[in-house]
Amino acid sequence: MKKIIARIAETEYILVILFGIFIVGSRLVNFTPAKTIRNNFWLFFVEMITFLPFMFILVGLFDVWFPKERVEKHIGEGSGIKGTIWCILLAMLQAGPLYGAFPVAYLLWKKGCSIRNIFIYLGAFSTLKIPMLTFEIGFLGLKFSLLRTLVTLPIFILIGEIMEIYLRNKNFEIKQPELKKKG
Amino acid sequence: MKFLLILTFIALMISLIADKKKTFLGIKKGFKMFLGLLPTVLNVLILVSVFLYLVPKETLANVLGKNSGVLGFGIAAVIGSISLIPMFITYPLAAILLKSGVSYRVLAVFITTLLMVGVLTLPLEAKYFGIKTSIIRNVLSFIGALIIGLVIGIFL
Repeated sequence: MKKIIARIAETEYILVILFGIFIVGSRLVNFTPAKTIRNNFWLFFVEMITFLPFMFILVGLFDVWFPKERVEKHIGEGSGIKGTIWCILLAMLQAGPLYGAFPVAYLLWKKGCSIRNIFIYLGAFSTLKIPMLTFEIGFLGLKFSLLRTLVTLPIFILIGEIMEIYLRNKNFEIKQPELKKKG
Repeated sequence: MKFLLILTFIALMISLIADKKKTFLGIKKGFKMFLGLLPTVLNVLILVSVFLYLVPKETLANVLGKNSGVLGFGIAAVIGSISLIPMFITYPLAAILLKSGVSYRVLAVFITTLLMVGVLTLPLEAKYFGIKTSIIRNVLSFIGALIIGLVIGIFL
């Protein structure tokens, strides 16, 4: 038993387990705030689980199908404006909150994408996803959406430039969170 | 999310027809990456759930609705930076805010910081980019969002 507890504590699931205990415990003593928190969590969890696994399937497929040389040629160093457009288009085709873009950024980096284009990808992913834009137009109107898009585009391209200049000679690397090995 | 589902389905079909072995390898790789990220994602979602309980969206609407000036602009930027709100809540909320008299300027900065700046997801971002790079990206995005809000305010 002690061993099992120690092993769980070593993993990153400790907060998840505590949270589970908190939710169940609150039910027993009728602690009402827990209900709201649970509902919030459920909402986020549903959002996450309906997009992240698919995102990772796409990332995995992308990984096996596109060799580094080819990706690098299109969006790597010196790929110019064309590479930037590729990155923006790729980002626009995706869905989900910003944290879903990080694994893709890792893969792009691994395949030789330039630093500038990686951050442009992140910018486009967070603000120009097509599923999100349709939602935005529906609620806030085409005029707002169009204007926001036009203003946002040069801003995140500029952010990409700044990041490139800042990170150029700093041995920048993107890491992938690993599964913790047992024992 | 239907969109992503369809896209994944089409990609899977094409990939399966082209090469079964490669497809399964890809799925396996993707799944492994997913499992590696899962605990961090769950931890962030728990933190956000508690945060959203402490600052419910009625409070958000109230604070932003009353202050549409410079103060409202600043508050919107800070709240947007910290919060993580799913898209299907953000936009209906934004539409309500608009009807209750919040200016486009405040709305634009709120939405843009929500989208581009993530204080609560910083631990997640740092796992990939390192903490220093993540902070710089977020600070730049925050400044960018302020500019975007101001420019949109000129036009709308």
